[in-house]
Order: sequence, then C-alpha cells, then structure tokens
Amino acid sequence: MSISLINAKASEIVEAIKSKKISALEVTEFFLKRANELNPQLNAFISIDQSCIEQAKKIDMKVSKSEPLGKLAGLPIGVKDLLCVKDQVTTAASKMLANFKSPYSSTVVERLVAEDAVILGKTNLDEFAMGSSNETSYFGVVKNPWNVEFVPGGSSGGSASAVAARMCPVAIGTDTGGSIRQPANFCGIVGIKPSYGRVSRYGVVAFASSLDQVGPMATYVEDCALVLEVISGEDKMDSTSLGLEVAEYSKESLGDKKINIALPKQYFGDALSEDVKQNLQTVIEKLRADGHKFNEVDLPLTEYAISTYYLIACSEASSNLARYDGVRYGYRSDEVSNLESLYLKSRSESFGPEVKRRLMLGTYALSSGYYDAYFEKACKLRAKLKKEFEKVFESNDVILSPVTTDTAFKIGERISDPLQMYLNDILTISTNLAGLPAMSVPIGYSKLKMPIGAQVIARSFDEKQMIAFAKLLESKKSQNGEQPDVF
Amino acid sequence: MSSSRYETVIGIEVHVQLNTKTKLFCSCSTEFSSSDNHNICPVCTGMPGALPVMNKKVIELASKTGLALNCKINQRSQFSRKNYFYPDSPKAYQISQYDLPICENGYLDVRLSEGAVKRIGVTRAHIEEDAGKSSHHGNYSLINFNRTCVPLLEIVSEPDMRSPSEAAEYVRALRSVVQYLGVCDGNLEEGSMRADCNVSIRPFGQKEFGTKVELKNINSFRFIEKAIAYEVSRQADLYDNGDQDQIVQETRLYDADKNKTYSMRTKEDAHDYRYFPEPDLMNLMVSDELLKELQSRLIELPFAKAERFKESFGLSEQDALLLVQQREMAEYFEEVATKSKEPKLSANWISTELMRVLKESKQDIKDFSVSAGDLAELLVLLSTKKINAKIAKTVFEEMITSSKTAGTIVEAKGLVQDDDPNSIAKFIDQVIESNPEQVEQYRSGKEKVFNFFLGQTMRLSKGKANPDLVSELLKEKLSK
Repeated sequence: MSISLINAKASEIVEAIKSKKISALEVTEFFLKRANELNPQLNAFISIDQSCIEQAKKIDMKVSKSEPLGKLAGLPIGVKDLLCVKDQVTTAASKMLANFKSPYSSTVVERLVAEDAVILGKTNLDEFAMGSSNETSYFGVVKNPWNVEFVPGGSSGGSASAVAARMCPVAIGTDTGGSIRQPANFCGIVGIKPSYGRVSRYGVVAFASSLDQVGPMATYVEDCALVLEVISGEDKMDSTSLGLEVAEYSKESLGDKKINIALPKQYFGDALSEDVKQNLQTVIEKLRADGHKFNEVDLPLTEYAISTYYLIACSEASSNLARYDGVRYGYRSDEVSNLESLYLKSRSESFGPEVKRRLMLGTYALSSGYYDAYFEKACKLRAKLKKEFEKVFESNDVILSPVTTDTAFKIGERISDPLQMYLNDILTISTNLAGLPAMSVPIGYSKLKMPIGAQVIARSFDEKQMIAFAKLLESKKSQNGEQPDVF
Repeated sequence: MSSSRYETVIGIEVHVQLNTKTKLFCSCSTEFSSSDNHNICPVCTGMPGALPVMNKKVIELASKTGLALNCKINQRSQFSRKNYFYPDSPKAYQISQYDLPICENGYLDVRLSEGAVKRIGVTRAHIEEDAGKSSHHGNYSLINFNRTCVPLLEIVSEPDMRSPSEAAEYVRALRSVVQYLGVCDGNLEEGSMRADCNVSIRPFGQKEFGTKVELKNINSFRFIEKAIAYEVSRQADLYDNGDQDQIVQETRLYDADKNKTYSMRTKEDAHDYRYFPEPDLMNLMVSDELLKELQSRLIELPFAKAERFKESFGLSEQDALLLVQQREMAEYFEEVATKSKEPKLSANWISTELMRVLKESKQDIKDFSVSAGDLAELLVLLSTKKINAKIAKTVFEEMITSSKTAGTIVEAKGLVQDDDPNSIAKFIDQVIESNPEQVEQYRSGKEKVFNFFLGQTMRLSKGKANPDLVSELLKEKLSK
C-alpha cells in the first residue's frame, strides 16, 4: 500500500485508485475490516454491508477496462440509516422500521453511487433523528471514539463516530436543528449542513420537512466539499430542491481575499465553557492577524429560536410520522383486535419516549384552538429570524460562532432532562429555521482532550464562501496530530 | 305535507376527478380499470422519505374549470395537509388546499325545469388527492391504492339551492360544464364525480340557517333528489313535533335500497384535521401566460350555447336544451344544421331518429358511424324533395350499416322520388281498376278510403312516388 489510508484525504484515495496505486477492493477491505472491528465497541453502524466488496470489484473492473470513473471512485461511505437504499433495511433507528426494506433509493444515495462511491453501511442515529446524543436509538447508544464514556452527539452520531474512528473516510448525515454540526463538533470532524433546497430530500425519512437537509461529514473540509458537489443540485423528485448552480466546492479557497466576519453577541454568552471560549479566541486572533475583520453583531431573536424550532419541527413531525401505522409496512402489534387497536398498539409499542414526546407536542401545537397561538406564531417568528440574518449579511461575509456551548457530555448525563437536551441545539437551530448553509470545523481540544469546533454560517446558497473560509479556519487548528482513543 | 311550512336550504360539494394521464403527485397511471394495486409507487403509497411533485396538467385543468365557473383564479395558492388516520389514506394525511384555494367566488347559471334561470354561487374550488379503496371480507380487509393520489377538484357551492330538484339540476349543469371542458368524464356511477349535499330546513321567514346535515354516498341524479327529499321530510317531522333539537350536525349516508338516510358520524366524532401548510410543496403558481391562454381559449358552455341555438337557429327551448347536454352532440348538430341549411329539420332528425338509434344500439355520438356531413347530405335530399321522409329513414338505416353516403344509396337503389305525373297516373289507374268496390265506397262519401288508395299507390311505386303528387292526382281521378 502506497498511501496511509487511515489519514488520507478522499481525493487522495480516489486518485490512488484511478492511477492504480491501490485497488478499490483494497480500500474497501481496509475500511470494512476496521468497521467490523470497531463497531462492537462504538456501535456506529446499524448495518454493515459485507457485500460492499462486490461494489468495489465493479470499480476495479472499470479501472482495468479504462472506463471513465466517477468523482468518488472506490470511496467507502457510511450513510445515515435515515436514507433509503433500495432492497436494504432502512430503520431510522426505530423499532417501527427495524425490518423495513426500502423499495427504492434516495436521490443522494443514487448520486453517490453514480459517482462510483462504495456504500459501506448504514450508520446509527437518534430514533427518527430526534435527539442530540444518539441515546434514543432503538439499536443502542453510539460511543464517542475520543472517549467511549461520552456521547458522539446526535442525531447523526453514528456517522460522526464512524468518520472520527476512520471506519469510513466520509459519511452522510442529516441536519434538522444541528444534527450534522453538533456530532461533528463532538467528534472532531467536519460537517456541512447545506442551504435548505441545495440537496434533495427524496428518499430521506422525513423528520421536519421544512428544516431537514442532507449533508456530508468527513475528516477534512475538502472531502466534505467534494461530496457536497456530488449530492447537490435540483432533483425533479423533490419540489423544494432548487436548480441553482453547483460550484466545484472542493477547489474553493479565499486566496488573498480579506473578509468581514460577524461574531453574534448572543452566541458568545455566559453559558460558553472556558475551553470553547479560549479555543475560539485563539483562532479569532490568528485570523485577525491575517487581516480579516471581525464585527460584533446582534441577533436578538436567538432567545426565541428554541421554542420556535420545537414548535415547527414537532408539528411537522407529528404529521410526517403518522404514516407509520402498521398497515402497509413496519411494525404491527401482535395483539390487534380492531382498526383502532392496530394504530394504538403498533405505534405505542414501537416508538420510543422521545419520539412520542415530540409527536404529542406537535399534535397539540396544530390542534384547533392552539394553531394560531403556537404553530402560526412560530412561523411568523421564523420569518423575522430570517430577516435578522439577512441584515447581518448586508455587511458581513460569514458568521463565526461556537457550535455548542461545551464539548461532548457523558452518556446518560442529560437523557432524563429533555429541556437540557434541547438547549444543546441553541447555537445551531437558527440556521435551519433561516434555511442558511452552516458547517462545523474542528479548531482544537479541551483540557480533557475532547474535540472543539467552530461554526461557520454563510448567506443563503453561498456554500462557496462558507467552504473557502472553512478551509482557512481548518488551517488554524491548534494541536494537530491528536488522535481519538480508539486509534 | 308538513315540509311545505319550511324552506329547504342546500349547499353541495362536488368532487370532480380531473382527467389526467398520471396522478396528482407522482407519475403513476390514473387508469380506472387496472388490476388492484397496479398503479402504485413509493409516493402514492406513503413510503418513508417519498415526496410529492405537482402534476402541471392539473393546474391547467383546475384553472380552466374555475374560469368556466366564473371564479377568481388565485395565481398563488397553497397546499395544506389534512391529517387523519384511515387505512386507505397511506400518508395519514390528505394533501388538499385550505386557506388559499386555486379558485374562489364564482357562480353557475342553472336552468330549472320550469324554464327559469337560477344563479348558484360557487364559494371555492380546490385541488386535492383522492384516497384508496378499502374492501372488507369477514375478518380481514384489503386496500387498493390505485386511486390514491388521483387528482380531484372539490367544487363547493353556496347554500343557494331551495329544493331537491334544484340540487339535481345544479349537479347536472356542473357535470355538463366539466364534460364540455373535457376536464372530467362526469360519471357519477363510476365515482369520477361525487356529490355531498348539505341539507337544512328552516321555517319560512327565518333568517338563520337551520342545523345542516351532510349527505354522502349519492351516486346518481335520481338519488340526489330522493336522498334530499327524504332528509327534508325527516327534518320537517322533527320540527313538527317540536324536536328540532334532535337535528344534529352530522354526516348521514344514503341507502338507495331503503330510500333512507342514516347517521355515519356526528360532530362530536368529527376529526380535528390539524391543517397546516404542506412543507413538501412550493406555492402553486398560475402564470400570467397560462391564465391568458386559458382565457383566450374559453369555449362556449352549454348555457350560452342553448341561447345561441334558440336565437340563430330558431330552435325551441326544449330542442336547444336537449341538444346542448353533450358537447359532441351539440357540435354534431351545429355541423348538420349549417351544412344542410335546415336547422329545424336537423334538430328534429337528431332528437328523434339519431338519438333513438344511439339509445337502441347503446352508442355514443362520439363513436357514431355517420358523419355530420353525411347526415346533412341526406337531409338536403329530403328537404329538396329528392326523396320523401319515409325513404329518408330507410336510407339512414342503410347509411349506418353500410357506411355509404345517402347519394350513393339513393342512386344505386333508384330511390329518387318519382315526380313524373304520367308514371304516377299509371299507378293510380292500376289501383282504381283493381279496386272497384273501394272506389264505389269513396264516391258514396266514405272519404276515409282515400288513405287506402294512397297506400296502394305508394306501394306500387315502391315508395318512391312523390306523396303530395299522388294525393293530388288521386283526388282528381277519384272525383271523375
């Protein structure tokens, strides 16, 4: 083997395969072996596709016949088990769908496969992506590779854990309120939540339709950017996907350009831990020394973001998850005596407590007599919040902030306190409400050697600038060369 | 009857299945006769992660219907989710329109049987998807999802109708309109058009509406009248006994066999549908171009057509109404009338001969073998007295079976009317000669026998003799 697969960039792996320095089979076998070895410990994958070596062999056939190869040729990818893959089980980490075999593939998976990626398996998540710690999965808690007593974050905790432990170089996550950025942050990797409408949601089990976005998670900004190039763009199967130009994100860079960076007051409050504060301060100083300008800005509606988000997300979820009724597919209770008991028992016996809590909250918020006070008010606030961001971007190119107030917490520490858990999302959810692109980039470590990242938020559909800046930020990371416990 | 003391108030919601090749939100076929669960996909069976995509044709058909119903077309309208659990609703919500429907504030002029015209308000018309069909078999049930996601336009009237017959006439007029537009086949029996009637009564003079009851499951015009009539008398009886409190807001089903309505669910069981804007679809936009194009292509509707037929062709009200019921029939008539320049004769022939043939052979005018041009040719032969009425009917029958033109048949069979007084005189002479007894009778004043001579002479001429000339010559010869 001529390259160190464990630390190689995606582009280096693909290049090595294309130039026959290594075969796709060797690459896949390397990561498959690692995934099989580490999964019992980390529980990052719900299912690992042992037959993925067949996919790799097909790539090698193409190589040997000198056929044109895709941008992701031979690159093993973990896919959050919320995305449908034809003829494979797609569980959404719920008992409800534990045996559901999808009759079709999501657009994102089809686009990855069209570029010759190898789908290694389906990664673990919070049940129906509802959670911030990956503790609500029917398939068990996922562990943080930096310290297995800590959560990897959620809901894309499986993807984050898998990438951090290099079970796969790249993974796909989804982000409704921070579900890509927060686990990326907790696991010391890069995660992008694209602008709403940038990536197709077709075939992605819906949590909150107006907030959900699919995005890449990887060790390097460039790898995320490469995968984003592949999965972005209009899809005629998703009416909310937009036909805007998709740039070659992996080649973006700021060059000598000096930019205006906004620091929202509300994102640097007292709740921030000393570790997070210090690490951010360090990168800010480095960037300032490079000649970039920092401006403190005001986002006063931030304090309403949590309640706005939970009202909208739970309302949509209460409707989106109503289709799981035990009639056509999914879990059906054994003790059914009539139609009503079919619904009640099938749903009661298969949804976990967090899912039930959110469905009840959403059902209540949409009920006649409460709609105006809750759902409609939340929608109005959402529109205002969007305007607030627009104003910031009139005189700033990007926003820089922490992703979470602190590093990963311990397993079991917050699961019994839903409100405390929801507050985890305070720094990430506003961008989902506003539909803006945002990403998490590792910048350093805490005293306990847990990863710390920073969040970059950009103008709507300005992924180019966001990624260019993220690359610069990545280069300012302190203590390079730290490795997770499981390495 | 006690109901004469009360005023009946009826509003109707009609579901019209829009005539598209594919479903509202996916590319599955809308074919009615396909085998069970043949036309299904992840979208219309509510698979995890599937998303709806608007069928653009529906925007056109819905807008076209809205314009014909004199509605305001909302160029920006919105889809909402109507949430409810039922096995034939695979997503457990129906995608419909709630706050912002595509069509609003229209009306339809309806001609009542007494000849009067009544304007019925159309509150709104909105697009929504159909549900599947459940069937129950002892201890298990089956669901056919072929119908799920088939596009419907729900047309909601104002409570403007005052009798069961007005209600039926409104639905008939509406059916005629959607058939004219080609947006729906208007088949009540097959369910491509479904009417739910909201019925209430109130003592004459009372301003407030009474409590309304919704009648469902009515699948023919006759049943619309009968179901409402039953419901009105049921409510009137309750009023008469001072029990009007027992009229509750509820949904009742009509049982055609027993001619009764019975309660399906009351308001207390009514769902809270928890409507909210459908996040998977963008707002529905009707472009200026489409709207302009549809406005410029607006066709003449049955009501206006009947008026024009009366005015420019001098048709009677009855003939005009009969001919405009079906668009293809109206167009057929108009072509025959124009080509033959004999509108009244055309109207008579079509409403009697042609409609009889269609009825007997269970055919539709669309599939009729004789073209309007060919029928016009036949009628010209008749009106110019080239053939007589009796021969015309035989030629018509032959045209249907042989698909030859009238001219060809008449020529080949030598059926041209015999106008030659000399040859007719010869037939008459023959008849007089061989029937001396009848001649005697006639001459002694028994004028009825005249028809006998007429018939005998026509028979000798093989029906070809000009009947007027025969009659004239007969009178002349018999009086000698």
